Amino acid sequence: MATLERLLSEHPFFKDLDPRYIQLIAGCAQEVTFKAGEFIFREGDPASRFWVIRNGRISLEVFAPGRGPIMIETLGEGDVMGWSWMVPPYRKQYDARALELTRALEFDAMCIRGKCDEEPKLGYELFKRFSQIIGQRLQATRLRLIDLYGSHA
Amino acid sequence: MVVTLKPQQIPVAVSTDPMVPVPYRLLRVRRETSDTFTFEFGSVDGSRFPFAPGQFNMLYLFGVGEVPISISGDPERPEILVHTVRAVGTVTTPFCKLKPGDIIGVRGPFGSSWPVVEAAGNDVVIVAGGVGLAPLRPAIYHILNHRGEYGRVAVLYGARSPGDMLYKKELAEWRGRFDVQVEVTVDAAKPDEWQGNVGVVTTLIPRAHFDPHHVTALVCGPEIMMRFTILELQKRGLRDDQIYISMERNMKCAIGFCGHCQYGPNFVCKDGPVFRFDRVKEIFGKREI
Ligand SMILES: Cc1cc2nc3c(=O)[nH]c(=O)nc-3n(C[C@H](O)[C@H](O)[C@H](O)COP(=O)(O)OP(=O)(O)OC[C@H]3O[C@@H](n4cnc5c(N)ncnc54)[C@H](O)[C@@H]3O)c2cc1C
Ligand code: FES
Repeated sequence: MATLERLLSEHPFFKDLDPRYIQLIAGCAQEVTFKAGEFIFREGDPASRFWVIRNGRISLEVFAPGRGPIMIETLGEGDVMGWSWMVPPYRKQYDARALELTRALEFDAMCIRGKCDEEPKLGYELFKRFSQIIGQRLQATRLRLIDLYGSHA
Repeated sequence: MVVTLKPQQIPVAVSTDPMVPVPYRLLRVRRETSDTFTFEFGSVDGSRFPFAPGQFNMLYLFGVGEVPISISGDPERPEILVHTVRAVGTVTTPFCKLKPGDIIGVRGPFGSSWPVVEAAGNDVVIVAGGVGLAPLRPAIYHILNHRGEYGRVAVLYGARSPGDMLYKKELAEWRGRFDVQVEVTVDAAKPDEWQGNVGVVTTLIPRAHFDPHHVTALVCGPEIMMRFTILELQKRGLRDDQIYISMERNMKCAIGFCGHCQYGPNFVCKDGPVFRFDRVKEIFGKREI
Protein backbone atom coordinates (compact mmCIF):
# COMPACT_ATOMS: atom_id res chain seq x y z
CA MET A 1 0.00 0.00 0.00
CA ALA A 2 1.35 3.48 -0.89
CA THR A 3 2.39 5.71 2.05
CA LEU A 4 -0.46 8.17 1.58
CA GLU A 5 -3.05 5.39 1.51
CA ARG A 6 -1.56 3.89 4.65
CA LEU A 7 -1.67 7.25 6.46
CA LEU A 8 -5.29 7.70 5.39
CA SER A 9 -6.40 4.27 6.53
CA GLU A 10 -4.68 4.83 9.91
CA HIS A 11 -6.56 8.07 10.59
CA PRO A 12 -9.67 7.64 12.79
CA PHE A 13 -11.79 9.70 10.37
CA PHE A 14 -11.34 7.05 7.66
CA LYS A 15 -11.60 4.05 10.01
CA ASP A 16 -13.11 1.01 8.23
CA LEU A 17 -13.54 2.89 4.95
CA ASP A 18 -13.45 0.49 1.99
CA PRO A 19 -9.81 0.26 0.71
CA ARG A 20 -11.11 0.99 -2.81
CA TYR A 21 -12.39 4.37 -1.61
CA ILE A 22 -9.17 5.05 0.30
CA GLN A 23 -7.31 4.54 -2.97
CA LEU A 24 -9.73 6.90 -4.77
CA ILE A 25 -9.46 9.77 -2.30
CA ALA A 26 -5.72 9.37 -1.86
CA GLY A 27 -5.47 10.92 -5.32
CA CYS A 28 -6.89 14.16 -3.86
CA ALA A 29 -4.62 14.27 -0.79
CA GLN A 30 -1.13 15.44 0.05
CA GLU A 31 0.95 15.50 3.22
CA VAL A 32 1.49 18.95 4.71
CA THR A 33 3.37 20.38 7.69
CA PHE A 34 2.64 23.67 9.46
CA LYS A 35 5.14 25.46 11.68
CA ALA A 36 4.07 26.79 15.08
CA GLY A 37 2.34 30.14 14.56
CA GLU A 38 1.68 29.60 10.85
CA PHE A 39 -1.77 30.54 9.53
CA ILE A 40 -3.39 27.71 7.59
CA PHE A 41 -6.27 29.84 6.35
CA ARG A 42 -7.93 33.14 7.11
CA GLU A 43 -11.55 34.16 7.46
CA GLY A 44 -13.06 34.85 4.03
CA ASP A 45 -10.62 32.60 2.14
CA PRO A 46 -12.23 30.27 -0.42
CA ALA A 47 -13.01 26.92 1.22
CA SER A 48 -11.26 24.78 -1.32
CA ARG A 49 -9.43 22.40 1.08
CA PHE A 50 -9.93 20.41 4.24
CA TRP A 51 -7.48 18.64 6.53
CA VAL A 52 -7.25 15.56 8.71
CA ILE A 53 -4.77 16.20 11.50
CA ARG A 54 -2.16 13.51 12.15
CA ASN A 55 -0.40 15.23 15.03
CA GLY A 56 0.09 18.70 16.49
CA ARG A 57 -2.52 21.28 17.43
CA ILE A 58 -4.44 23.97 15.58
CA SER A 59 -6.53 26.80 16.97
CA LEU A 60 -9.60 28.28 15.30
CA GLU A 61 -9.83 31.98 15.98
CA VAL A 62 -12.17 34.87 15.30
CA PHE A 63 -11.04 38.44 15.28
CA ALA A 64 -13.29 40.68 17.37
CA PRO A 65 -12.75 44.42 16.77
CA GLY A 66 -11.53 46.04 19.97
CA ARG A 67 -10.78 42.67 21.59
CA GLY A 68 -8.32 41.15 19.17
CA PRO A 69 -8.18 37.46 18.25
CA ILE A 70 -10.17 34.99 20.39
CA MET A 71 -9.49 31.26 20.31
CA ILE A 72 -12.81 29.48 20.01
CA GLU A 73 -11.69 25.89 19.55
CA THR A 74 -8.53 23.83 19.34
CA LEU A 75 -8.17 20.72 17.21
CA GLY A 76 -5.56 18.02 17.50
CA GLU A 77 -4.52 14.49 16.60
CA GLY A 78 -7.34 12.54 14.97
CA ASP A 79 -9.51 15.61 14.29
CA VAL A 80 -10.81 16.88 10.97
CA MET A 81 -10.71 20.56 10.10
CA GLY A 82 -12.95 22.33 7.61
CA TRP A 83 -16.38 21.57 6.27
CA SER A 84 -17.24 24.89 4.60
CA TRP A 85 -16.13 23.25 1.34
CA MET A 86 -19.39 21.24 1.52
CA VAL A 87 -21.86 24.12 1.68
CA PRO A 88 -22.26 27.45 -0.15
CA PRO A 89 -20.85 30.11 -0.10
CA TYR A 90 -17.70 27.89 0.25
CA ARG A 91 -15.82 30.47 2.35
CA LYS A 92 -13.81 30.07 5.57
CA GLN A 93 -15.51 31.59 8.60
CA TYR A 94 -12.53 31.61 10.97
CA ASP A 95 -8.78 31.92 11.01
CA ALA A 96 -6.85 28.69 11.62
CA ARG A 97 -3.36 28.81 13.11
CA ALA A 98 -0.97 26.04 14.09
CA LEU A 99 -0.13 26.23 17.82
CA GLU A 100 2.74 23.80 17.44
CA LEU A 101 4.40 21.87 14.64
CA THR A 102 1.44 20.13 13.00
CA ARG A 103 1.31 17.38 10.41
CA ALA A 104 -1.84 16.82 8.42
CA LEU A 105 -3.24 15.40 5.21
CA GLU A 106 -4.67 18.12 3.02
CA PHE A 107 -7.51 17.40 0.59
CA ASP A 108 -8.44 19.27 -2.55
CA ALA A 109 -12.19 19.78 -2.15
CA MET A 110 -12.95 20.05 -5.90
CA CYS A 111 -11.19 16.78 -6.48
CA ILE A 112 -13.13 15.11 -3.63
CA ARG A 113 -16.43 16.45 -4.96
CA GLY A 114 -15.56 14.99 -8.36
CA LYS A 115 -14.85 11.55 -6.84
CA CYS A 116 -18.11 11.69 -4.88
CA ASP A 117 -20.03 12.45 -8.09
CA GLU A 118 -18.37 9.47 -9.77
CA GLU A 119 -18.97 7.21 -6.76
CA PRO A 120 -22.14 8.35 -4.92
CA LYS A 121 -21.62 5.61 -2.27
CA LEU A 122 -18.30 7.20 -1.35
CA GLY A 123 -20.03 10.59 -1.20
CA TYR A 124 -22.69 9.20 1.12
CA GLU A 125 -20.05 7.63 3.36
CA LEU A 126 -18.00 10.84 3.58
CA PHE A 127 -21.03 13.04 4.24
CA LYS A 128 -22.14 10.63 7.01
CA ARG A 129 -18.73 10.97 8.66
CA PHE A 130 -18.69 14.74 8.29
CA SER A 131 -22.25 15.08 9.70
CA GLN A 132 -21.20 13.12 12.78
CA ILE A 133 -18.34 15.54 13.35
CA ILE A 134 -20.48 18.61 12.73
CA GLY A 135 -22.99 17.18 15.25
CA GLN A 136 -20.27 16.71 17.89
CA ARG A 137 -19.00 20.26 17.41
CA LEU A 138 -22.54 21.65 17.60
CA GLN A 139 -23.07 19.74 20.85
CA ALA A 140 -19.83 21.12 22.31
CA THR A 141 -20.82 24.65 21.28
CA ARG A 142 -24.24 24.26 22.93
CA LEU A 143 -22.57 23.11 26.15
CA ARG A 144 -20.41 26.21 26.15
CA LEU A 145 -23.52 28.37 25.77
CA ILE A 146 -24.92 27.05 29.05
CA ASP A 147 -21.77 28.00 30.96
CA LEU A 148 -20.96 24.47 32.05
CA TYR A 149 -18.84 25.37 35.07
CA GLY A 150 -20.70 28.42 36.39
CA SER A 151 -22.22 28.46 39.87
CA HIS A 152 -25.67 28.60 38.31
CA ALA A 153 -25.12 25.85 35.77
CA MET B 1 12.75 21.63 76.75
CA VAL B 2 10.86 21.95 73.48
CA VAL B 3 9.48 18.66 72.18
CA THR B 4 8.66 18.51 68.45
CA LEU B 5 5.89 16.06 67.67
CA LYS B 6 5.75 14.18 64.37
CA PRO B 7 2.45 14.85 62.52
CA GLN B 8 1.09 11.41 63.45
CA GLN B 9 1.80 12.07 67.15
CA ILE B 10 -0.29 15.22 67.21
CA PRO B 11 -3.69 14.45 68.73
CA VAL B 12 -6.77 14.37 66.50
CA ALA B 13 -9.20 17.28 66.84
CA VAL B 14 -12.44 15.91 68.28
CA SER B 15 -15.64 17.39 69.41
CA THR B 16 -17.72 14.90 71.37
CA ASP B 17 -20.82 16.38 69.74
CA PRO B 18 -20.88 16.51 65.89
CA MET B 19 -23.11 19.57 66.15
CA VAL B 20 -20.51 21.58 68.09
CA PRO B 21 -17.91 23.40 65.97
CA VAL B 22 -14.22 23.20 66.86
CA PRO B 23 -12.26 26.48 66.55
CA TYR B 24 -9.68 26.74 63.73
CA ARG B 25 -7.35 29.64 63.03
CA LEU B 26 -6.69 30.86 59.49
CA LEU B 27 -2.98 30.54 58.72
CA ARG B 28 -2.73 31.46 55.02
CA VAL B 29 -4.96 32.51 52.12
CA ARG B 30 -4.23 32.21 48.41
CA ARG B 31 -6.27 33.87 45.69
CA GLU B 32 -7.10 31.30 43.00
CA THR B 33 -9.41 33.36 40.74
CA SER B 34 -11.34 36.62 41.02
CA ASP B 35 -13.93 35.01 43.33
CA THR B 36 -12.27 31.85 44.69
CA PHE B 37 -9.72 31.51 47.49
CA THR B 38 -7.83 28.66 49.14
CA PHE B 39 -7.59 28.80 52.93
CA GLU B 40 -5.22 26.91 55.19
CA PHE B 41 -6.36 26.49 58.79
CA GLY B 42 -4.70 25.09 61.87
CA SER B 43 -6.66 23.92 64.90
CA VAL B 44 -6.43 26.25 67.86
CA ASP B 45 -5.28 23.39 70.14
CA GLY B 46 -2.72 22.08 67.61
CA SER B 47 -4.55 18.82 66.90
CA ARG B 48 -4.62 16.99 63.52
CA PHE B 49 -7.57 16.65 61.17
CA PRO B 50 -7.64 13.22 59.45
CA PHE B 51 -10.14 12.88 56.59
CA ALA B 52 -10.77 10.84 53.46
CA PRO B 53 -10.60 12.43 49.97
CA GLY B 54 -14.05 13.70 48.96
CA GLN B 55 -15.31 14.42 52.48
CA PHE B 56 -16.56 17.84 53.52
CA ASN B 57 -16.79 20.06 56.60
CA MET B 58 -19.42 22.46 57.85
CA LEU B 59 -17.59 25.78 58.18
CA TYR B 60 -19.10 28.25 60.58
CA LEU B 61 -18.46 31.94 60.08
CA PHE B 62 -19.37 33.31 63.50
CA GLY B 63 -22.41 35.54 63.44
CA VAL B 64 -23.12 34.86 59.75
CA GLY B 65 -23.82 31.18 59.15
CA GLU B 66 -22.57 27.74 58.25
CA VAL B 67 -21.77 26.22 54.83
CA PRO B 68 -20.73 22.76 53.61
CA ILE B 69 -17.31 22.95 51.91
CA SER B 70 -15.19 20.05 50.65
CA ILE B 71 -11.73 19.50 52.05
CA SER B 72 -9.20 20.27 49.33
CA GLY B 73 -5.88 19.49 51.04
CA ASP B 74 -3.52 16.54 51.15
CA PRO B 75 -4.92 13.69 53.30
CA GLU B 76 -1.36 12.85 54.29
CA ARG B 77 -0.85 16.31 55.81
CA PRO B 78 -3.64 16.30 58.41
CA GLU B 79 -1.94 19.01 60.46
CA ILE B 80 -3.27 21.57 57.95
CA LEU B 81 -6.92 21.85 57.03
CA VAL B 82 -7.38 23.22 53.50
CA HIS B 83 -10.58 24.54 51.90
CA THR B 84 -11.17 26.26 48.57
CA VAL B 85 -14.20 28.55 48.63
CA ARG B 86 -15.98 30.42 45.86
CA ALA B 87 -17.83 33.56 46.92
CA VAL B 88 -21.44 33.09 45.78
CA GLY B 89 -23.70 34.40 48.58
CA THR B 90 -24.52 35.25 52.18
CA VAL B 91 -21.88 33.14 53.91
CA THR B 92 -19.24 32.46 51.26
CA THR B 93 -18.80 36.14 50.28
CA PRO B 94 -17.75 37.36 53.77
CA PHE B 95 -15.88 34.07 54.22
CA CYS B 96 -13.63 34.99 51.31
CA LYS B 97 -12.66 38.18 53.15
CA LEU B 98 -11.15 36.30 56.13
CA LYS B 99 -7.63 37.34 57.13
CA PRO B 100 -4.84 35.24 58.69
CA GLY B 101 -5.42 34.99 62.42
CA ASP B 102 -9.23 34.96 62.10
CA ILE B 103 -11.05 32.07 63.80
CA ILE B 104 -13.86 29.96 62.32
CA GLY B 105 -15.78 26.95 63.64
CA VAL B 106 -15.39 23.56 61.95
CA ARG B 107 -17.65 20.50 62.17
CA GLY B 108 -16.63 17.36 60.34
CA PRO B 109 -15.34 15.55 58.43
CA PHE B 110 -18.65 14.29 57.04
CA GLY B 111 -19.86 12.10 54.23
CA SER B 112 -18.61 9.43 51.86
CA SER B 113 -15.32 9.55 49.98
CA TRP B 114 -13.80 8.89 46.56
CA PRO B 115 -12.96 5.16 46.19
CA VAL B 116 -9.20 5.72 46.01
CA VAL B 117 -8.38 2.54 47.89
CA GLU B 118 -10.78 0.39 45.86
CA ALA B 119 -9.42 1.89 42.61
CA ALA B 120 -5.91 0.59 43.28
CA GLY B 121 -4.87 -1.76 40.48
CA ASN B 122 -7.01 0.15 37.98
CA ASP B 123 -6.49 3.10 35.65
CA VAL B 124 -8.08 6.29 37.00
CA VAL B 125 -9.64 9.13 35.05
CA ILE B 126 -10.51 12.29 36.94
CA VAL B 127 -12.83 14.79 35.28
CA ALA B 128 -13.37 18.18 36.95
CA GLY B 129 -15.20 21.33 35.97
CA GLY B 130 -14.72 24.75 37.59
CA VAL B 131 -14.55 24.62 41.41
CA GLY B 132 -15.20 20.86 41.09
CA LEU B 133 -11.44 20.38 41.10
CA ALA B 134 -11.36 21.28 44.83
CA PRO B 135 -13.11 18.11 46.15
CA LEU B 136 -11.03 16.02 43.75
CA ARG B 137 -7.64 17.43 44.73
CA PRO B 138 -7.28 15.20 47.84
CA ALA B 139 -7.96 12.16 45.62
CA ILE B 140 -5.26 13.35 43.17
CA TYR B 141 -2.83 13.83 46.09
CA HIS B 142 -3.59 10.33 47.35
CA ILE B 143 -3.10 8.76 43.92
CA LEU B 144 0.17 10.63 43.34
CA ASN B 145 1.39 9.75 46.87
CA HIS B 146 0.73 6.08 46.01
CA ARG B 147 1.38 6.31 42.26
CA GLY B 148 2.74 2.75 41.97
CA GLU B 149 -0.60 1.26 43.03
CA TYR B 150 -2.47 2.58 40.00
CA GLY B 151 -2.32 2.02 36.25
CA ARG B 152 -2.61 4.99 33.92
CA VAL B 153 -3.87 8.22 35.50
CA ALA B 154 -5.55 11.03 33.57
CA VAL B 155 -6.69 14.36 35.02
CA LEU B 156 -9.06 16.30 32.74
CA TYR B 157 -10.05 19.80 33.81
CA GLY B 158 -12.32 22.38 32.22
CA ALA B 159 -12.74 26.01 33.24
CA ARG B 160 -14.50 28.97 31.72
CA SER B 161 -11.30 30.91 30.99
CA PRO B 162 -7.59 30.71 31.90
CA GLY B 163 -8.32 33.20 34.72
CA ASP B 164 -10.98 30.87 36.18
CA MET B 165 -8.65 27.91 36.64
CA LEU B 166 -7.86 26.67 40.16
CA TYR B 167 -4.44 25.42 41.29
CA LYS B 168 -2.58 26.56 38.15
CA LYS B 169 0.86 25.96 39.64
CA GLU B 170 0.01 22.45 40.75
CA LEU B 171 -1.62 21.57 37.43
CA ALA B 172 1.63 22.59 35.75
CA GLU B 173 3.64 20.48 38.21
CA TRP B 174 1.44 17.42 37.66
CA ARG B 175 1.69 17.95 33.95
CA GLY B 176 5.48 17.99 34.23
CA ARG B 177 5.46 14.45 35.66
CA PHE B 178 5.85 11.64 33.18
CA ASP B 179 3.33 9.38 34.90
CA VAL B 180 0.13 11.47 34.71
CA GLN B 181 -1.80 12.74 31.71
CA VAL B 182 -3.06 16.23 32.55
CA GLU B 183 -5.33 17.92 30.01
CA VAL B 184 -6.83 21.32 30.65
CA THR B 185 -9.32 23.16 28.48
CA VAL B 186 -11.12 26.51 28.58
CA ASP B 187 -14.27 27.77 26.84
CA ALA B 188 -12.49 30.61 25.02
CA ALA B 189 -9.20 32.47 25.34
CA LYS B 190 -6.95 35.09 23.81
CA PRO B 191 -3.97 33.56 22.02
CA ASP B 192 -1.50 35.77 23.90
CA GLU B 193 -2.68 34.46 27.31
CA TRP B 194 -3.32 30.79 26.55
CA GLN B 195 -1.66 28.18 24.37
CA GLY B 196 -3.65 25.20 25.64
CA ASN B 197 -6.89 23.51 24.58
CA VAL B 198 -10.11 25.38 23.85
CA GLY B 199 -13.41 23.49 24.04
CA VAL B 200 -15.60 21.94 26.75
CA VAL B 201 -14.18 19.34 29.15
CA THR B 202 -16.13 16.52 27.48
CA THR B 203 -13.98 16.98 24.34
CA LEU B 204 -10.96 15.79 26.34
CA ILE B 205 -12.49 12.39 27.16
CA PRO B 206 -11.95 10.74 23.75
CA ARG B 207 -8.24 11.67 24.02
CA ALA B 208 -7.65 10.41 27.58
CA HIS B 209 -5.43 7.35 27.88
CA PHE B 210 -7.10 4.58 29.88
CA ASP B 211 -8.43 1.07 29.49
CA PRO B 212 -12.24 1.43 29.58
CA HIS B 213 -12.65 -2.03 31.12
CA HIS B 214 -10.24 -1.38 33.97
CA VAL B 215 -10.73 2.25 34.90
CA THR B 216 -12.41 4.12 37.72
CA ALA B 217 -13.80 7.55 36.83
CA LEU B 218 -14.13 10.30 39.44
CA VAL B 219 -16.26 13.22 38.26
CA CYS B 220 -17.04 16.52 39.96
CA GLY B 221 -18.54 19.78 38.76
CA PRO B 222 -21.96 21.33 38.28
CA GLU B 223 -24.63 18.67 37.66
CA ILE B 224 -25.05 19.58 34.02
CA MET B 225 -21.32 19.15 33.42
CA MET B 226 -21.39 15.76 35.18
CA ARG B 227 -24.37 14.68 33.04
CA PHE B 228 -22.57 15.26 29.75
CA THR B 229 -19.31 13.86 31.13
CA ILE B 230 -21.05 10.60 32.06
CA LEU B 231 -22.51 10.33 28.53
CA GLU B 232 -19.03 10.73 27.07
CA LEU B 233 -17.52 8.18 29.49
CA GLN B 234 -20.29 5.74 28.56
CA LYS B 235 -19.41 6.26 24.89
CA ARG B 236 -15.85 5.18 25.76
CA GLY B 237 -17.36 1.97 27.13
CA LEU B 238 -17.46 2.60 30.90
CA ARG B 239 -20.15 0.88 32.93
CA ASP B 240 -22.21 2.92 35.41
CA ASP B 241 -20.54 1.17 38.36
CA GLN B 242 -17.13 2.45 37.24
CA ILE B 243 -18.25 6.08 37.53
CA TYR B 244 -18.35 8.12 40.77
CA ILE B 245 -19.85 11.59 41.11
CA SER B 246 -20.05 14.14 43.92
CA MET B 247 -23.43 15.77 44.56
CA GLU B 248 -24.30 19.07 46.23
CA ARG B 249 -27.49 19.88 48.11
CA ASN B 250 -28.34 22.51 50.72
CA MET B 251 -27.38 21.31 54.17
CA LYS B 252 -28.12 22.11 57.80
CA CYS B 253 -27.16 19.33 60.24
CA ALA B 254 -24.76 17.32 58.01
CA ILE B 255 -25.37 14.19 60.10
CA GLY B 256 -28.53 12.76 58.57
CA PHE B 257 -31.09 14.26 61.01
CA CYS B 258 -32.80 17.25 59.44
CA GLY B 259 -33.55 16.02 55.91
CA HIS B 260 -32.45 19.27 54.25
CA CYS B 261 -30.09 17.49 51.86
CA GLN B 262 -32.52 14.76 50.79
CA TYR B 263 -31.78 13.40 47.33
CA GLY B 264 -34.39 10.78 46.41
CA PRO B 265 -34.02 8.06 49.05
CA ASN B 266 -30.56 9.38 50.05
CA PHE B 267 -29.20 12.08 52.29
CA VAL B 268 -26.28 13.76 50.53
CA CYS B 269 -24.57 14.55 53.87
CA LYS B 270 -24.53 10.92 55.02
CA ASP B 271 -24.89 8.66 51.95
CA GLY B 272 -22.95 11.14 49.77
CA PRO B 273 -21.61 13.49 48.66
CA VAL B 274 -19.73 10.87 46.61
CA PHE B 275 -22.07 8.35 44.98
CA ARG B 276 -21.38 5.47 42.64
CA PHE B 277 -23.35 6.44 39.55
CA ASP B 278 -25.33 3.18 39.17
CA ARG B 279 -26.77 3.78 42.66
CA VAL B 280 -28.27 7.18 41.79
CA LYS B 281 -28.76 6.99 38.05
CA GLU B 282 -32.54 6.63 38.34
CA ILE B 283 -32.78 9.99 40.10
CA PHE B 284 -29.77 11.79 38.61
CA GLY B 285 -30.82 14.74 36.45
CA LYS B 286 -34.55 14.32 37.30
CA ARG B 287 -36.16 17.75 37.34
CA GLU B 288 -38.22 17.21 40.47
CA ILE B 289 -35.35 15.87 42.64
C1 LIG C 1 -20.96 18.53 50.01
C2 LIG C 1 -20.73 19.91 49.48
C3 LIG C 1 -19.44 20.32 49.20
C4 LIG C 1 -19.19 21.63 48.73
N1 LIG C 1 -17.91 22.00 48.48
C5 LIG C 1 -17.65 23.27 48.12
C6 LIG C 1 -16.31 23.72 47.95
O1 LIG C 1 -15.35 22.97 48.13
N2 LIG C 1 -16.11 25.01 47.60
C7 LIG C 1 -17.16 25.88 47.38
O2 LIG C 1 -16.91 27.06 47.08
N3 LIG C 1 -18.44 25.48 47.51
C8 LIG C 1 -18.71 24.21 47.90
N4 LIG C 1 -20.01 23.81 48.08
C9 LIG C 1 -21.09 24.78 47.80
C10 LIG C 1 -21.28 25.71 48.98
O3 LIG C 1 -21.74 24.97 50.07
C11 LIG C 1 -22.31 26.79 48.62
O4 LIG C 1 -21.78 27.62 47.62
C12 LIG C 1 -22.66 27.60 49.83
O5 LIG C 1 -23.42 26.84 50.71
C13 LIG C 1 -23.43 28.84 49.44
O6 LIG C 1 -23.76 29.52 50.62
P1 LIG C 1 -23.95 31.09 50.71
O7 LIG C 1 -24.65 31.37 51.99
O8 LIG C 1 -22.67 31.81 50.48
O9 LIG C 1 -24.87 31.41 49.46
P2 LIG C 1 -26.45 31.60 49.46
O10 LIG C 1 -26.74 33.00 49.93
O11 LIG C 1 -27.11 30.47 50.14
O12 LIG C 1 -26.72 31.49 47.90
C14 LIG C 1 -26.26 32.51 47.01
C15 LIG C 1 -26.35 32.05 45.59
O13 LIG C 1 -25.53 30.90 45.39
C16 LIG C 1 -26.30 29.85 44.87
N5 LIG C 1 -25.86 28.62 45.53
C17 LIG C 1 -26.18 28.19 46.77
N6 LIG C 1 -25.66 27.00 47.01
C18 LIG C 1 -24.99 26.67 45.90
C19 LIG C 1 -24.24 25.52 45.50
N7 LIG C 1 -24.13 24.45 46.29
N8 LIG C 1 -23.66 25.53 44.28
C20 LIG C 1 -23.80 26.56 43.45
N9 LIG C 1 -24.53 27.66 43.76
C21 LIG C 1 -25.11 27.70 44.95
C22 LIG C 1 -27.71 30.14 45.21
O14 LIG C 1 -28.61 29.59 44.25
C23 LIG C 1 -27.74 31.64 45.16
O15 LIG C 1 -27.95 32.11 43.85
C24 LIG C 1 -20.28 22.52 48.52
C25 LIG C 1 -21.57 22.10 48.79
C26 LIG C 1 -21.81 20.81 49.26
C27 LIG C 1 -23.20 20.37 49.56
S1 FES D 1 -28.05 18.07 56.19
FE1 FES D 1 -29.43 17.35 57.68
S2 FES D 1 -29.92 15.40 56.89
FE2 FES D 1 -28.34 16.05 55.57
